[in-house]
Amino acid sequence: MLNIVVCVKAVPDPKEACNIKIDPNTKTLLRCDVPMVLNPLDKNAMEAALQLKAKFEARISVLSMGPPEAGNIVKECLALGADQGFLLTDPAFGGADAYATAFTLAKGIEKIGSYDVIFCGMASSDGSTEWVGPEIATFLDLPVVTLVKEIVDCDGASWKVKASVENGYRLMQVELPAVLTVTRELNTPRTLSFSGIIKARKKEIEQWGVDELGVARETVGLKGSPTIVSELHAQEENKRQAEMISGTRDEKADLLVQKLVDAGVL
Amino acid sequence: MIDFTFTEEQEMFRKAAREFAETQVAPHIDEMEKTGEVSDAVVKALGEAEMMAITIPEEYGGLGLGYTERLIAVEEISRVSVATGMMLQVFALGIEPIVKFGSEELKKKYLPGLAKGEKLSTTAVTEATGGSDPTGIRSAYKKEGDNFILNGRKCFITNSHIADTITVLAKDEENPKAFCAFVLDKDMAGWKATHKEHKVGMRGCNTGELAFENCEIPATQLLGEEGKGLRVTMAAIGDVGRGGMVGVALGLQAACLEESIKFANERILYGKPIAALQTIQNKLADLKIDLEAGRLLGYRAAAMQDKGQRSSNEFAVAKYYTTEACQRAAKMAVDIHGGYGCMEEYAVSRYLRDSYVVGPSAGTSDIMKVIIGRWVLS
Repeated sequence: MLNIVVCVKAVPDPKEACNIKIDPNTKTLLRCDVPMVLNPLDKNAMEAALQLKAKFEARISVLSMGPPEAGNIVKECLALGADQGFLLTDPAFGGADAYATAFTLAKGIEKIGSYDVIFCGMASSDGSTEWVGPEIATFLDLPVVTLVKEIVDCDGASWKVKASVENGYRLMQVELPAVLTVTRELNTPRTLSFSGIIKARKKEIEQWGVDELGVARETVGLKGSPTIVSELHAQEENKRQAEMISGTRDEKADLLVQKLVDAGVL
Repeated sequence: MIDFTFTEEQEMFRKAAREFAETQVAPHIDEMEKTGEVSDAVVKALGEAEMMAITIPEEYGGLGLGYTERLIAVEEISRVSVATGMMLQVFALGIEPIVKFGSEELKKKYLPGLAKGEKLSTTAVTEATGGSDPTGIRSAYKKEGDNFILNGRKCFITNSHIADTITVLAKDEENPKAFCAFVLDKDMAGWKATHKEHKVGMRGCNTGELAFENCEIPATQLLGEEGKGLRVTMAAIGDVGRGGMVGVALGLQAACLEESIKFANERILYGKPIAALQTIQNKLADLKIDLEAGRLLGYRAAAMQDKGQRSSNEFAVAKYYTTEACQRAAKMAVDIHGGYGCMEEYAVSRYLRDSYVVGPSAGTSDIMKVIIGRWVLS
């Protein structure tokens, strides 16, 4: 039995990015008007787990940390085919940076108990630190391969994977148990199915707080975070400018090409 | 207080249907528009995604879900492709009479294949002399021993050329007040799909004629009681047909609003997006008001249907409102797009063509008003 843990995060819907506002006082995202969705790269992580389950006898545990509403994305993963879901939710977990998040998730993984491979999306679409996966590995004292774009060989306890690097990849061999963070090149995530949603009715989500994890409040959430966001700025709206090019057809083409070269596009 | 919210599970069904439509249907729209033909890939994907199985009971291989879930699915698919939403809604029209009125033998014979999408279905009521008034049909049967012999023609039948199984309504040759509804297989002799229509919109959704010539139908293929077939088809059209058209219209309304918002934010006039102009905001507000009102009417009727209450009159109101609203929405969306709205590369031109096919399907607006008028006077 291959025990797979997939760490997932609820993020503001990237399609609604233009509606995300920043609270100027707390420097946090005002998420009330933006629906929360499963982090896009975590879908690739789920798909990797589901493909392994189709190949081997495996159990997929989905783990997330967030407010109770984040249970929706855990439920979604159960509908996709995960076997059990866990949500780490407690007011004390609020305001966690990547370090405190990874620490809490690692405690959750320890409490789940059995794990051969832990999949994480390479990054979240809101925080984008890319730290959580490697930090989970650190807390659990496991090897980690980041930016996995292909699983070449997954028979046995020693896997071969391709990890993306600029202009290529590294072929890595990793001993299980291990943490793998995945890129979108790894697979094409499946979509939800109606029958999967119906099957998920019978799958419960277990919720764990500070007490269930047995961690000190000072080690989690904002209190356990060594980093703080000192400033957060919205990207300035692009001021689009149009420039009309005149001349003969050839002149216009030459001028357009030159402008694209000057802009670094060509 | 009345709870107007969808359940968490229903929201997930909506998400599933939307993801399906955007990934499995959208890539085939250009081909469907160009050829006017049904996309085999889309039909296959609909089957694989269990879209035909929604209201089929679990014991016959279906999902056993309700009409609210069906409305959600039809709306979301129509938001991307009205032609595909229409095709799906009419599959259910062929399925519902078997579920509601079929013998155990017929249910076991047809429903598992229809649920998987291995077999496709439709219903055939409309003729040149009767559709909205089904008593005006001329297709007729006579009884010979245990069999029925059917002769006649049907027109404007959605899925006419792709259906493997059809529910057909005919009247008794000797008693014009007696009707029978039969379920027919594609491989039964004596009937065939003939003329294919070329519609102004909903390209990629097949519509055509059916001809029956001495078609011999075993009595075991009868749906409901002999002579009471009108009830069978009216139950399918009244609740499922109108309900499906509400879903198609709502999807189209939502698409019109989304494309209009997108264009209004991109199109610069007087140095700013046209969304900043009150005249455009007024149109967007009208689109939103119609969509919200239509959803309340449609999903209320579906909720009643799920409770087992009669909902055909409520669906008549919702069908009237939403199909009229989708025509208004498509015109407004084209207007907001200005000259671009007349170009085929902009989806709104397709929406306008589609909206005019949505109107008369499953009963024109005038017929809906006749039904609503009778309702208020009853």
